Amino acid sequence: MGHQTVLEFRDVWVQRGGKYVLRAINLAVPPGSVFGLIGPNGSGKTTLLKVALHLLTPVRGEVLLFGKPWHAHPGWGPAVGYTPQHHLHLPQFPVSVRQVVQMGRYGKAGLGRPLRRADKAVVERCLEMVGISALAKRPIDELSGGQKQRVFIARALAAEPQLLILDEPTAGVDSQARSQFYELLRDLQQRLGLTVILATHDIGMVLEYCNLVGCLNETLTVHETENRDALLRHLQTIYDSSHVVFIHEHGG
Amino acid sequence: MADFFAFQFMRYALIAGLMVSVMCALISSFVVLKRLSFLGAGISHAAFGGVALGVLLGINPLYSALGFTWVLTMIIGYVSRKGHLSEDTAIGIAYVAAMALGTIFLGFARSYNFDVFGYLFGNILAVTETDLHITAALGAVVLAALGLFHKELVFLAFDEEMAQVVGLPVRFLYYMLLSVMALTVVIAIKVVGIVLVSALLVLPGATSLQLTKNIVPMVALSLVCGLASTLSGLYLSYTLDLASGATIVLTATVLFGVAMVVSPRRRQMS
Repeated sequence: MGHQTVLEFRDVWVQRGGKYVLRAINLAVPPGSVFGLIGPNGSGKTTLLKVALHLLTPVRGEVLLFGKPWHAHPGWGPAVGYTPQHHLHLPQFPVSVRQVVQMGRYGKAGLGRPLRRADKAVVERCLEMVGISALAKRPIDELSGGQKQRVFIARALAAEPQLLILDEPTAGVDSQARSQFYELLRDLQQRLGLTVILATHDIGMVLEYCNLVGCLNETLTVHETENRDALLRHLQTIYDSSHVVFIHEHGG
Repeated sequence: MADFFAFQFMRYALIAGLMVSVMCALISSFVVLKRLSFLGAGISHAAFGGVALGVLLGINPLYSALGFTWVLTMIIGYVSRKGHLSEDTAIGIAYVAAMALGTIFLGFARSYNFDVFGYLFGNILAVTETDLHITAALGAVVLAALGLFHKELVFLAFDEEMAQVVGLPVRFLYYMLLSVMALTVVIAIKVVGIVLVSALLVLPGATSLQLTKNIVPMVALSLVCGLASTLSGLYLSYTLDLASGATIVLTATVLFGVAMVVSPRRRQMS
């Protein structure tokens, strides 16, 4: 890698529907970090991730991936994997688990070209890494929320990313599957040397698994998880008090 | 049955019907999965303006309909993608405007021997040899586009944002899919007519989605449904002396109804 930062925002402002939803965002995520992005509903978490993924364009400021803007990356773009906030566009979409994971490879395979044997090998490895090889032939809509989430992680990994961006990965996943999911994520992050950015409401999990926490509410403040007191004081200001009681129980 | 093929116009009708049903059936899977049914209805009505323009200018209405419909489809696609208007609003406005424009064009043309009814509801028996050649050529373009980019189009329908993140040219793919729809609609007008053509863009795919759980059998089965409804619809219309386009569409609708009833999962089409 050799880059100072994996993702960098320099004074980024974003408008949606004529209103500023993100203001003066500055952010530098160093390689190997696990960055948790938290904030109340409507605080702009998904918007921030979409700006990072070049799905939305800011009105002001600069976004750099691995030290360069998105378009300066040759070929199929920077090595970024993404799992959107999970909902299927059409609930009964007729594709198998394997076909979904193969989609992650389409950029590398090339437009209008079939997947090569090497691409298919990557797909099988990704299915295995997240523990869903046995489900490969099943239709995607027959899976549980937790299983689906693993499929989408595998699809993101199939692009062989260095940065993994996850939007609310555990929404609609039961609590047992949720902790298994975070264990899997930690394991993958360490094994593959990934940088992970995830948006979540799960403050307890953020305190446990992330080393950087971004508190977002139109503006962004970044804390190191080690510096717990400052982080909790800040959380208290952006969430109501009942929420923070929960954080104390969970985190300390 | 033998006298069914004795007439040349009947053979032309059959060949045109088969070509059109293959194109419609193949594209219908993507129309259903990407939820473009209403856009299909919009495109087909917009073609009325194009047909009328041809009559006014004194050229083959098929050519003017191709150009007019394609341009309007691109405008609808562009406006709804830019997010200034929702897709259904853009379609709702554009197709009524195009039909109104077509009515004005026909008024100026004062062409009393022009078969408006045939264009609205199909007149498969009026298919000429030239029509067959145009259909075959454009059909080849449609098949090539769908065949070459089928995996990307499935991804586009499944999750457009993710497709963009992995580096696929989603804008190109979207406009290409719309262009292919516009071509297919215009070609199918002779067979089933402007009012009925959008049914053929939806029914084969919707029917096979009731019965299959994977995209590969889904596309194959929608091809079977499309061909079966065209063949049996044409035959019924011939033997019972019914309007051919309407009979084909009703046959396809009956197939869909049967598929809904026997569907293993009773999927909701919402």
